[in-house]
Amino acid sequence: MANKIPRVPVREQDPAIRATNFEEVCYGYNQEEALLEASRCLRCKKPRCVEACPVGINIPEFIAALHEGKLQEAADIISADSSLPSICGRVCPQETQCEGSCILGIKGEPVAIGKLERFVGDWKLQNGAAPKATAPRNGRKVAVIGSGPAGLACASDLARMGYGVKIFEALHEAGGVLVYGIPEFRLPKQRVVAREIEAVKALGVEIETDVIVGRTVTIDSLLDEEGYDAVFIGSGAGLPRFMGIPGENLNGVVSANEFLTRANLMHAYDAEYDTPIYVGQRVVVVGGGNVAMDAVRTAKRLGAEATIVYRRSEKELPARVEEVHHAREEGICFRMLTNPTEVLGDERGWVRGVRCVEMELGEPDESGRRSPVVKPGSEFEIACDVVIMALGTSPNPLLAATTEGLETSRRGCITADEHGATTRKGVFAGGDAVTGAATVILAMGAGRTAAKAIDEYIRSL
Amino acid sequence: MYPILEKRLLAEGIWLMKIHAPRVARSAQPGQFVIVRADAHGERIPLTISDFDAAEGSVTIVTQAIGASTRKICALEQGEALADFAGPLGRPSEFVHLPLEEVRQRRYLFVAGGVGTAPIYPQVKWLKEHGVRADVIIGAKNSRMLIYTDAMRAVAENLYIATDDGSEGFKGMVTGLIEELVEQRGERYDECVAIGPMIMMKFVALTTRKYNLKTTVSLNALMVDGTGMCGACRVTVGGKTRFTCVDGPEFDGHEVDFDEAMRRQGMYRTQEQRAAAIEAEREAGHVCKIGLDK
Ligand SMILES: Cc1cc2nc3c(=O)[nH]c(=O)nc-3n(C[C@H](O)[C@H](O)[C@H](O)COP(=O)(O)OP(=O)(O)OC[C@H]3O[C@@H](n4cnc5c(N)ncnc54)[C@H](O)[C@@H]3O)c2cc1C
Ligand SMILES: Cc1cc2nc3c(=O)[nH]c(=O)nc-3n(C[C@H](O)[C@H](O)[C@H](O)COP(=O)(O)OP(=O)(O)OC[C@H]3O[C@@H](n4cnc5c(N)ncnc54)[C@H](O)[C@@H]3O)c2cc1C
Ligand code: SF4
Ligand code: FES
Repeated sequence: MANKIPRVPVREQDPAIRATNFEEVCYGYNQEEALLEASRCLRCKKPRCVEACPVGINIPEFIAALHEGKLQEAADIISADSSLPSICGRVCPQETQCEGSCILGIKGEPVAIGKLERFVGDWKLQNGAAPKATAPRNGRKVAVIGSGPAGLACASDLARMGYGVKIFEALHEAGGVLVYGIPEFRLPKQRVVAREIEAVKALGVEIETDVIVGRTVTIDSLLDEEGYDAVFIGSGAGLPRFMGIPGENLNGVVSANEFLTRANLMHAYDAEYDTPIYVGQRVVVVGGGNVAMDAVRTAKRLGAEATIVYRRSEKELPARVEEVHHAREEGICFRMLTNPTEVLGDERGWVRGVRCVEMELGEPDESGRRSPVVKPGSEFEIACDVVIMALGTSPNPLLAATTEGLETSRRGCITADEHGATTRKGVFAGGDAVTGAATVILAMGAGRTAAKAIDEYIRSL
Repeated sequence: MYPILEKRLLAEGIWLMKIHAPRVARSAQPGQFVIVRADAHGERIPLTISDFDAAEGSVTIVTQAIGASTRKICALEQGEALADFAGPLGRPSEFVHLPLEEVRQRRYLFVAGGVGTAPIYPQVKWLKEHGVRADVIIGAKNSRMLIYTDAMRAVAENLYIATDDGSEGFKGMVTGLIEELVEQRGERYDECVAIGPMIMMKFVALTTRKYNLKTTVSLNALMVDGTGMCGACRVTVGGKTRFTCVDGPEFDGHEVDFDEAMRRQGMYRTQEQRAAAIEAEREAGHVCKIGLDK
């Protein structure tokens, strides 16, 4: 019978110290803690958590295996539905997915499903059995565009089925947002991301970096000249949005993508690397999602006084609850119901502040979210020398523009059916490239779904 | 890794390198650039494709050592390799896509400044190969800093040279030479393409505007990824924000906000570098018009 103890707390780095370094914030459970937390699960007959998991991981079963100390078995149960548990355990918005639906959450605290998943995932990265033997090579080849979670998941499934798979990545390093976007203090690059990528390579997947499909090669040349039987597009949604307000091109205004790419991919905070980063004394980050939280906490760690400016209220912040909580602990200032109307510059063209207005929440719109409206006469200024725009991203139009017959929606997302088939024969797509900016777990799931569809497609040829 | 097949000094601090990069060589077109990283700690910096040979699988870059990253690249020797060489990026020059009949009706004037001479070369060569007439002006501080003159002479209809000190060709700036060609000698052009330091492109655009001569410039904004992902390369063209790496690098010079573009180039410049840049401008005999001294 389930153990009626409170949720086992997870150890974290002290906020005052971690706000000055890039080491991981959360230490995660050790085995003892994990087993204890696992004992809280009721093993529901109709598990609500599984229904709320975007890829339907058999949560009670993996927790039961874990509870019995059968770690390999727990890992195998997760593997059936997710290929990146140590990553998803760290970055999934559990509070709106599995944990948000956990029956224990109604009266008390839900099972710490994310932390348990992370524990099992990390255990597997360190001790897990080598990946199950792959099917014999079938002589067919698939090209995967992009090495984010969608591309990695699609590639590993196809390799297991016996396909020869090559991932083409535009940047010099594989991993997509996991490498250039999400910071080290949330997702360790060497210990976790690099190992997950090694595991994909161990299945025989090749990764060629510095290839911008649409420029270096095209989807047509991959299919017609390089002999690939199918292509999977997992190119993400990397294009930053700006607000279109005056002063946005002043020196000191950057997109969160630029700021985070300099810090994460280019290691700008490490003196051994050549790439510069400009942090200034006071940083304002505009936005309220995970990207905004990552940017503001990175700025803080680089020594700035860092503030979030968000036009709705705290309740609407789209970021993971844990990140908002951590950001507050680290001394990030939050200015809710505030919207910038202009970036102010000095006589040299550098940022000296942002002009903002206060907002109030009006009537709910179609999506049910209450849309913010400007409070008349509420203008004020925040002094700062850097403004980071974290307003969301959209897919890069390059692939659609260079591939005949590949249709996109009005928002620039690649059109694909529920199996990932696009409007072009032999070309499949999934992840942020199809949905617009979403989550790691959805991108991973879409990659795996497409792998099945690609297999069926190639068999039908 | 991308091996350096050949390395040659063209002028003080300006090196030509032929890089083994078969995929880039196969797809390259005039007007495009690559993103280069010297080694695992290196910065990603943009360099224009100065020549390419698909059969040999090689791409030529010409780099002027002006800062840490360009110096690191120039310090590599033949037989060594660049860590990364990604491209071709950006849109090819407009004439590559236009109907050839239309392009053949035109007469081009290319204006090259300093290291910007190298990227002009594949464009003029392409036009020559397609039977289009193009004159070329090369500008440099002095005769020792001139590059690509022989190669250019072979592909240009007329080659003109301008040096600041008059040590070769016309004495003065390229803008003075443009004025002479158009006003004194009555030359007529349908389009001008200017590549060089931002300040030069600004003044070329101001000069050609007088003649209503359509002018294309290739902007060397700061970049990180070169694929549209970061927005570091934002410029204002015709009142709209554009990303140099995907919407350019070539733009209508009469529409570009050069003052903003020059200011943005200094975004990561330290105080020290700023002082050095002002000094360099003074040395070149320019009055500082671009706000470097601020
Ligand atoms: C800062 C930040 C924080 C986030 N935090 C979270 C979080 O906490 N939890 C969560 O679930 N999600 C989070 N997300 C969202 C999540 O990371 C994405 O939804 C997910 O990574 C999408 O995966 P993907 O594989 O579709 O694309 P990406 O991860 O974007 O990968 C796409 C890859 O394709 C490459 N590419 C693009 N075009 C080409 C081309 N033409 N040729 C070759 N390669 C190409 C790109 O360089 C990139 O490497 C965050 C995103 C950001 C930016
Ligand atoms: C599309 C494109 C094509 C380019 N092609 C070439 C080329 O073919 N050959 C070549 O030598 N250079 C070229 N450049 C410029 C080159 O990328 C820069 O010189 C280089 O990034 C400077 O790096 P650094 O670390 O050596 O110098 P830094 O230390 O970064 O800079 C040294 C000094 O130069 C200034 N500076 C930095 N970047 C630029 C820039 N982009 N333009 C002008 N000044 C700058 C700095 O503010 C500083 O004062 C190109 C740039 C672009 C955007
Ligand atoms: S809903 Fe909660 S208690 Fe029930 S099976 Fe899922 S994790 Fe266990
Ligand atoms: S260089 Fe990053 S968007 Fe142009």
